[in-house]
Amino acid sequence: MKHKLFLPLAAFCILLAACAPQAAPSQPSAVEASIVTEAPTPSAPLTSGEPVPLTVMTHDSFSISEAALAAFEQANNVKVTFVKSGDAGSTLNKAILSKDAPLADVLYGVDNAFLARALDAGIFEPYESPALVNAPAEFRLDPENRATPVDYDDVCINYDRAFFAKNELAVPQTLDDLIRPEYNGMLVVENPATSSPGLAFLLATIAHFGEPGYLDFWRSLRANGLVVVNDWNAAYYTNFSASSGRGPQPMVVSYATSPAAEVIYSDAALEQSPTASIVGPDTCFRQIEFVGILAGTRQRAAAERFVDFMLSLQFQEDLPLQMFVLPVDPMAILPDSFHQFNEYPDQPATLAPDVIAANRERWIQEWTDAVLR
Amino acid sequence: MSRLADTKDVNQKAEGSGFSLLKRQRSRTSASRLLPSAFLLLPAVLFLAVFFLLPLTRILAFSLDASALTAANFRRAFSVLRFTFYQATLSTLLTFLLGLPSAVLFARFDFRGKSLLRALTAIPFMLPTVVVAAGFNALLGPRGLFPFILHLSSFLFPPPSFQFSGTLTAILVAHVFYNTTIVIRIFGNALTNLDPRLEQAARTLGADGLRVWTRVLLPVLRVPLLAAGLLVFLFDFSSFGVVLLLGGPQFSTLEVEIYIQSMQFLNLPMAALLSIIQLLCTLAFSILYTRIVTRSIVPTAPRPSVARRPKTLREKIFVSAFCLLLSAFFIFPIISLPLRSLTRLEADLGQRGEVRYGFTGDYYRELFVNRSGSVFYIPPIEAARNSLGYAAATVALSLALGLPAASALVRPNRAAKLLDSFLLLPLGASAVTLGLGYIITFNKQLPITNYQSLIASPLIIPLAHTVIALPFVIRTLQPALASVPERLRQAAATLGASPLRVWQAVDWPILSRAVLAAATFAFTVSLGEFGAASLLARPDFPTLPVAIARFLSQPGGLNYGQAMAMSTLLMSVTLLGILLIEKARLPGAGEF
Repeated sequence: MKHKLFLPLAAFCILLAACAPQAAPSQPSAVEASIVTEAPTPSAPLTSGEPVPLTVMTHDSFSISEAALAAFEQANNVKVTFVKSGDAGSTLNKAILSKDAPLADVLYGVDNAFLARALDAGIFEPYESPALVNAPAEFRLDPENRATPVDYDDVCINYDRAFFAKNELAVPQTLDDLIRPEYNGMLVVENPATSSPGLAFLLATIAHFGEPGYLDFWRSLRANGLVVVNDWNAAYYTNFSASSGRGPQPMVVSYATSPAAEVIYSDAALEQSPTASIVGPDTCFRQIEFVGILAGTRQRAAAERFVDFMLSLQFQEDLPLQMFVLPVDPMAILPDSFHQFNEYPDQPATLAPDVIAANRERWIQEWTDAVLR
Repeated sequence: MSRLADTKDVNQKAEGSGFSLLKRQRSRTSASRLLPSAFLLLPAVLFLAVFFLLPLTRILAFSLDASALTAANFRRAFSVLRFTFYQATLSTLLTFLLGLPSAVLFARFDFRGKSLLRALTAIPFMLPTVVVAAGFNALLGPRGLFPFILHLSSFLFPPPSFQFSGTLTAILVAHVFYNTTIVIRIFGNALTNLDPRLEQAARTLGADGLRVWTRVLLPVLRVPLLAAGLLVFLFDFSSFGVVLLLGGPQFSTLEVEIYIQSMQFLNLPMAALLSIIQLLCTLAFSILYTRIVTRSIVPTAPRPSVARRPKTLREKIFVSAFCLLLSAFFIFPIISLPLRSLTRLEADLGQRGEVRYGFTGDYYRELFVNRSGSVFYIPPIEAARNSLGYAAATVALSLALGLPAASALVRPNRAAKLLDSFLLLPLGASAVTLGLGYIITFNKQLPITNYQSLIASPLIIPLAHTVIALPFVIRTLQPALASVPERLRQAAATLGASPLRVWQAVDWPILSRAVLAAATFAFTVSLGEFGAASLLARPDFPTLPVAIARFLSQPGGLNYGQAMAMSTLLMSVTLLGILLIEKARLPGAGEF
C-alpha cells in the first residue's frame, strides 16, 4: 500500500521537475570593454517618447524622497519601479538565484560583509560612474567597479544615557570594558547568523582580538550576562531600555546614526537624544552599502543613470534622513541633527570583503558554539 | 492504536468480500450525484501543482547535491528535527488543553458577548509575530502594563520584570495564543452540528457526563478532532516567526534553520536537505491522518443550534470561568497594543524611573503624515484597502478551489485518497524554500501584464496566500461535508428533489457554518501574510503588515507608537472582517 502511495506521487514530482525548463548555464561575464562608455550629459533625457522602465531591487530598509525620485525620473525620462526583497542577505540571495532571468536592472543594498559573495556570483556588470571620483578610496572596495559604494554607517553599541547618569556608572569605552562585572547583564546583541548588525559587531571583535582571541572575549561576555536575540527589532524595541519598548538592557548593538533618529522620531520635542554611541577604537564596525547594475539588463543606459544619480549630491543629501546612513561623498551636507546628536568613531574596525566571505560561516559557527550552546 | 489496526483489518476484509462491491457502488452513486470527483478535484490540484509543487521541485532540484549528505549535516538536522518535534507536540497538547473546553463553551452555551469573544480568539491568528512580541512585551515587559498595575497596587519598587521572550515558555504560549482558534472553529463547529439525539440517547441510558464524552462524543467526533490536531501540529511544526522572534537564538526549528542556511549562508544544499526532511515529515503526518479518518462519518442533523444559557451551577461556573480565562489570555495581550498606541511614555531625561504615562492621539495623526516625504510612505487607508483586497481575493479563490475539492474528498476513490495527503503539504512545507522556488520559477517575462514578471506583479500575493489557505479551507470543509447524512439526501431525492435542490436543502444548511469558518481562516491567513508571501519580493501595493514592519525598522518613539497604531488598525480590520463574515446570513443558512 505504501508503494502504491509513493510511486505515483514521486512520478508526478519527477514529471513536473522535468517539465520545468533547465537553468541555462551561467552567462559569460560581461565584456570588459563596456566599462568605458561615454557618459552622456546628465541633463539629457534618454528618450523623448515613453519613459524608459527601470526596475531597482532593494532591501526592505531602502527609502528615497518623492522629490529626489521625481527629479531623477523627469531629468532622464525614466520610470522607476522598486522591488523590495527582504533583508540585505535575502535580497542578495534572491538576486543570485534569479541571475539567469534577473528580477531587476539595478540592485542596491549589498554591504561589505556580503560583497565578495555578490562579486563571486557574477551578478553585476562593471560600470565606472564618472561621479565615483568623489568617493574616498576607503569605500571603493571593488577595483573592477562592478559594485559602487553609495553610503555607509557604523554599527556601534548604543547606550541609555539616563540609565548611566542615574546610576552614576561610567560608560564603557572599549570592548574589554564590557566584560567588567559592573556591566553584568547590561548588553543585548543580535545573533550574527540572522542579523546584519549582529554579524557586523562580531566582525568588529574579530578585527580587534583576532583568532582565537575573539572567542575568549565572547565567552567572558557570556559569563557577564550577555543577552542574545535574533534581530535588531527585538534587540532595540524589546530589550533596549532607552527605546519605546523600555526593555531591561541599557546597551544594545545598533548604529552610530540611531541617536539622531531617536530625536527626529521622538514622541515629544527633545533637546537631547535618550541614547548615544560608544565610539572607542574598534568598538564599531563600518558597513558600506553598494549598488550595481545586474548582468543581463536590457536598460543599461537607464541603469547607469541611476547609479550616477545615487552618487549625485541630491541623492547623497537625501540619504541621511531617509535611511539614517551617511553619504560616501564628503561634500554632501549632513542635516544638523546628525552633527548634534550622533557621535562617529575615529577608528571603526574593518575587514576585507574576501576575508569575510572566506570565513563568515566558520566564524558564525564557532561563535554559536561558544555563546549559545 | 488497536482501533487503527481494527479499521484497517475491516477494510481489508471488506475489499475482498462482496461488501466491497456494494460499497463501491454506493460511492459511485454519491460521487456522480453532481460531478465526477476528478473534475471537482482538478482545479485545486492544478493550482497546487503550478503554485506549490512546481516551484518547490524546481528549487529542490536546483539546490540539492551530494555535498549536503554528510554525517555532520545529518546529525545537525536530526537534533533540529528533535526539537521541532518536541515543541510542536507540547504546543499542540497545550493548545487542546485550552481549545477543547473553549470549543465546548462556544458550541453548547449562549452568553452575552459570545460572538465578540469568539472573534477575539481568531485575532492572534493573523497578527504578525513582531506585533505579538510587542504585545506581550507591552503587557509583561519591565515597563509593561502588568508590572505597572502591580507597582500601583502594591508600591513594589522597582517594579518586577518578567523575562518572557527568549524562553521555551514564550514559544509555547505564543503557539497556544495563535492556534486555539483552529480547535475552536473546527472542533467546535462539528460539535455544534452533531445530532443532539446521540447524547440524549446516551444520557437516557444512564451515562454520566464523562461517559458521554469518552464513549460517545469523542469517538464520533474523532475526524474533526484529528483534523484540528493535524492543522495545529503542522502549524507548530513549521513555525518560523514565533521561534525566531520570541524563542530567540537558543531555539532552532527546521524552518528557522532552513532560513539561516539559505538566506544567510546561501548553503542551498543543506537547506534543501532540511526542506526535504520537513516535507517528508509533513507527508507522513498527513498520510497517517488520512488513514485514520477514512470512512468515519459524524452523524449530524441540520437543526437550529443547541446552544443555550447555562442552567445548573456547575455549568454557570464552567462558563464564567472559561470566559474569564479566555478573556484574560486573549484580550490582555491584544488590548495592550491599542492601549500602547494611545499612550505616551515620557521618560524625562535624567529622571529615569519616573515614567509618566499620558494619553495621546499623536500616533494616529502621524499615520496620515509623510514626514520624511518618502516614496515608500504608506497611507493607512491605502494599506488597509490593499490588505482587504488581497484577503477578499484569497477568500474567493480558496473557496472556489476548496469547496469542490473537499466534496470530492468526502468519498474518495484511490486516486483522490492519494491526493488527500498531498493537499496538506503546503502547510508543512518550508515557506522559505517555497519563496525561493517562486523566485526562480515565476521570474520570466509575462506577456499579459505591464509587470516584468509574475513575481513582480501584485497577482502573486493572493496566489501565494491561497496556497497556504487552501489546506485550511479543505480540512475545515471536509469533515462537515462528510457529516451530511446520506439518509437525508436520499429522503429528499425520493421526495422528488433535484440534485441541486437536495444540495440546497440538505447539504448547505450543514455546510454553511464550515464555509464561514473556512472563509475566516482564508481571510486571516491573508491578512497576517504568513508563509511564503512574506518572503516574496514586494510589489507596489503595500499592506498593513508591511507598514508595521517599516515603522519598526527605525529607532524612535514615534515610529514605535505608529507601529502600535497600525497594528491596532490591522486588528480592527480583522475583527470587523470576522464579525461581518460570521454575521452574514447566507441564504438558507438558518440560525447560528
